[in-house]
Amino acid sequence: MDPMIQLTAAQMAAKLRAGEITSVELTQAHLRRIEQVEPTINAFLHVNAEEALETAAGVDKIRAAGGAEAEKLHPLAGVPIAIKDLIVTKGQPTTAASKMLEGWMSPYDATVVEKIRAARLPILGKTNLDEFAMGSSTEHSAYGVTRNPWDTERIPGGSGGGSAAAVAAFEAPLALGTDTGGSIREPAAFTGTVGTKPTYGGVSRYGAIAMASSLDQIGPCARTVEDAALLHELIGGHDPKDSTSLPDPVPAFARAAAEHDVAGKKIGVIKQLSHGEGYQQGVLDAFHSSLESLKEAGAEIVEVDCPSFDYALGAYYLIMPSEASSNLARYDGVRYGKRVLPDDGPLTIERVMAATRAAGFGPEVKRRIVLGTYALSAGYYDAYYGSAQKIRTLIQRDFDRAFEQAEVLICPTAPTVPFKLGEKLDDPLKMYLNDIATIPANLAGIPGINVPGGLSEGLPVGIQFLAPAREDIRAYHAAGALEHLLGEKGEAIWQQIPELEEVH
Amino acid sequence: MNETLTDPQPLSFEEALKKYEPVLGFEVHVELNTVSKMFSSAPNAFGDEPNSNVNEVDLGLPGTLPVVNGRAVESAIKLGLALNCSIAESCRFARKQYFYPDTPKNWQTSQYDEPIAYDGWLDVELDDGEIFRVEIERAHMEEDAGKLTHAGTSGRIQGADYSLVDYNRAGVPLIEIVTKPITGAGERAPEVARAYVSAIRDIVKALKISDARMERGNVRCDANVSLMPKGASRFGTRSETKNVNSLRAVEHAVTYEIRRHAGVLAAGGSIVQETRHWQETSRTTSPGRIKSDADDYRYFPEPDLVPIVTTEEWIETLRAELPEPPAERRRRLREAWGYSDAEFRDVVAAGLLDEIEQTVEQGASPAVARKWWMGELSRLANARETAPAELGVEPATIVELNQLIEDGKINDKIARQVLEYHLDGEGSPGQIVAQRGLEVVSDDGALTAAVEKAMAENPDVVEKVKGGKLKAIGALIGPVMKETKGQADAGKVRQIVLEKLGIEG
Repeated sequence: MDPMIQLTAAQMAAKLRAGEITSVELTQAHLRRIEQVEPTINAFLHVNAEEALETAAGVDKIRAAGGAEAEKLHPLAGVPIAIKDLIVTKGQPTTAASKMLEGWMSPYDATVVEKIRAARLPILGKTNLDEFAMGSSTEHSAYGVTRNPWDTERIPGGSGGGSAAAVAAFEAPLALGTDTGGSIREPAAFTGTVGTKPTYGGVSRYGAIAMASSLDQIGPCARTVEDAALLHELIGGHDPKDSTSLPDPVPAFARAAAEHDVAGKKIGVIKQLSHGEGYQQGVLDAFHSSLESLKEAGAEIVEVDCPSFDYALGAYYLIMPSEASSNLARYDGVRYGKRVLPDDGPLTIERVMAATRAAGFGPEVKRRIVLGTYALSAGYYDAYYGSAQKIRTLIQRDFDRAFEQAEVLICPTAPTVPFKLGEKLDDPLKMYLNDIATIPANLAGIPGINVPGGLSEGLPVGIQFLAPAREDIRAYHAAGALEHLLGEKGEAIWQQIPELEEVH
Repeated sequence: MNETLTDPQPLSFEEALKKYEPVLGFEVHVELNTVSKMFSSAPNAFGDEPNSNVNEVDLGLPGTLPVVNGRAVESAIKLGLALNCSIAESCRFARKQYFYPDTPKNWQTSQYDEPIAYDGWLDVELDDGEIFRVEIERAHMEEDAGKLTHAGTSGRIQGADYSLVDYNRAGVPLIEIVTKPITGAGERAPEVARAYVSAIRDIVKALKISDARMERGNVRCDANVSLMPKGASRFGTRSETKNVNSLRAVEHAVTYEIRRHAGVLAAGGSIVQETRHWQETSRTTSPGRIKSDADDYRYFPEPDLVPIVTTEEWIETLRAELPEPPAERRRRLREAWGYSDAEFRDVVAAGLLDEIEQTVEQGASPAVARKWWMGELSRLANARETAPAELGVEPATIVELNQLIEDGKINDKIARQVLEYHLDGEGSPGQIVAQRGLEVVSDDGALTAAVEKAMAENPDVVEKVKGGKLKAIGALIGPVMKETKGQADAGKVRQIVLEKLGIEG
């Protein structure tokens, strides 16, 4: 493996600035890696080498010329990036990993993609996901599973398994994900990488194909907290095209991530998300040793009680499918994407729409559309959607109280290490339970970050920090500190990944 | 649906009203004239190349998000205030979900349980000046759908060879105004219907929030009609006649539905709750979709938009911008101008209130202003197949023209010619008169000679005048005009004749 691609994004950026490497060399090295490991990993649905190299050459040219233009280059200019295929890009297909959008080319760029283009990060390609981001394992992609580079018999998490696996396997130093119930954080936990779900409204959703509008957020995927912070700074900020976007300026996340000082800081352990049924001992061991490290560094560990979290999963599985059933109504074969004509019978508009949706959507998508359609039906709305919104308010109140007692909250990101391919595919409820610790942050609109917290039987365990809304900076600070503390004891988790060739 | 095909013969309107009390209700959709659409920056324009005024938001492409048009919200608040509604301190949009190809997202962004304006009323004026109060349930904001054109003989989506869709209209801002049930109109129900829609049209025009052209669908009316036996208090089953898009059609549709309902009920039948289509040629309605309370649009609050919060200051600023209510303005002007009811109605019907008001403001008398706008200008407009207000004649021009007459510089006949020259682009009336040398002959010598000649040639007329028939002077004016090539002042001629005969004018 080219040592160049084993650097962090910040290190790559420094070498580019110093003229030690060029962006074309860096991009080519990643493209070579993609070529080597993709037959095994399948993290990418589409690779656009030509476009990436063109952007890279542009950066190199500006840097070579020097002067004001070179000075103005974004710190991450020339560092390649991968984009989850739920985020629309001009010039590359966007499929949402669904047959429904096979071959569809967006005529516009998502706001985050505009920012990435303006900052001149070569876009390597589009990464795999569960169809329309519906899943926790990337097994629901219409274009094949993505394998976990730590153990290719296991899932990389989902829905953003492609982005997380690409980052873990050194196919890309940075990637974009989207997180509706844990789709950035859970794959990060399962691949020993870092992933942030920003405060709702912190990053523009314009151009992120909607699953559940009130829960979706775009966020960064990286190998270190600093890298995630740098990418978050690039994509964050107000967007007039997204009415739910916050007006706040973007804080210096990366600086906070580098502070490392937790002495005297209160960190709250969420009672409901730190033990009990479904939690593997290895995960709890890694969690407790992370707590020990923080305590040794002077942090005060307190327990916080969030009783409403017991109902979070239930509320989530009413709100999310309700909004999804509506957001996915537009895929009907009339204007774009797939169109399927019924095999026999008259060609009415209803029958064409029905045939298109029957053929275009996979089973998990259909399951959620049916669930959501039912929950929003007249006579059921109050009992289902209405009640779920009340739970949501209760969860927000639990968080409010918890943040009176602690600056950040901590819990394992997922109750288990990555499971085997196919293990939960036939048991949706078991699959849903996997998101138990990530869902509350989406329901409350608060930020959450996954940082690697050790290994259990050679597989990564993720630790989640949660912070109050608009206080993403606290999560970066805490996650940066834990990463530093664990790093002092040995190699960083992401550096311990076995060589892919050696994996069975 | 087919039971309506065997509907019994409708009763006559008079018979129907003898037995039943009509209850009306209206949903009027007003298309706003904002520059851009309700939730996107695409142009809101009529009549352009199909699918040219659309962007990714209007097409509901994956990943797109709506942004509320602030001007549309202000329009809705203004309309709400003009309809004497309460304005919500906070309100939300909701998704009304149904699959139909003219709706790009397969939902319409509308308002459901939180309309921006609610609980208002509107006093509408009937033909005889009587005021009828219509209670307003709500006015809410929403987006329009695209336009479908069905190829083939059916003209409907069912049985069409193929259908074309134009999304230019998709996302155009609409305000839907919903009345409470209107009772007590009795035999005047059709008139109330017309007067109500007409009043809404006048208001949105006066507020300048809509082009208010019904023929273009800027103002569209769905008319609900039900009947209950005289003296009953429980409403009957209603029908909803969709898209009745002219004032006359609204009146006729309500009349027909009252007759049809009465026919069905009198024969012991029951009314099907359904939508009906208005048939302009036969002036009847035909059955559409069965509409039941089971229609489920799966409304839920639009999560991509934040609630609209209205402040007291904002509302008061908009209230201060409201024009005088059209009905009040009409009452004020009628009183001030002293026109007869018939005269005033004609002026309103001709759409010339603004023009006459401005002409009066600039110095003409109401009678003179009416004479010109309703007379010569209407005739000229007719000949040019346009409306008098569209001729491009400024009120100031009419004032100037009239001043020339009053100063005795030209007479009425010349003035009419001057107006034509003006329309041909020859400049102001003063310039035209000067350039063409049209000033009347007021030199007494030449005029007196012409009058003397005319009197000499018409002794019988002179005798009549002497005998007290002053009107006969008119017969002398013609020959004098002929002699002076039309440039004589008729008043002056009359004066000279009377002087010559020693009669006190």
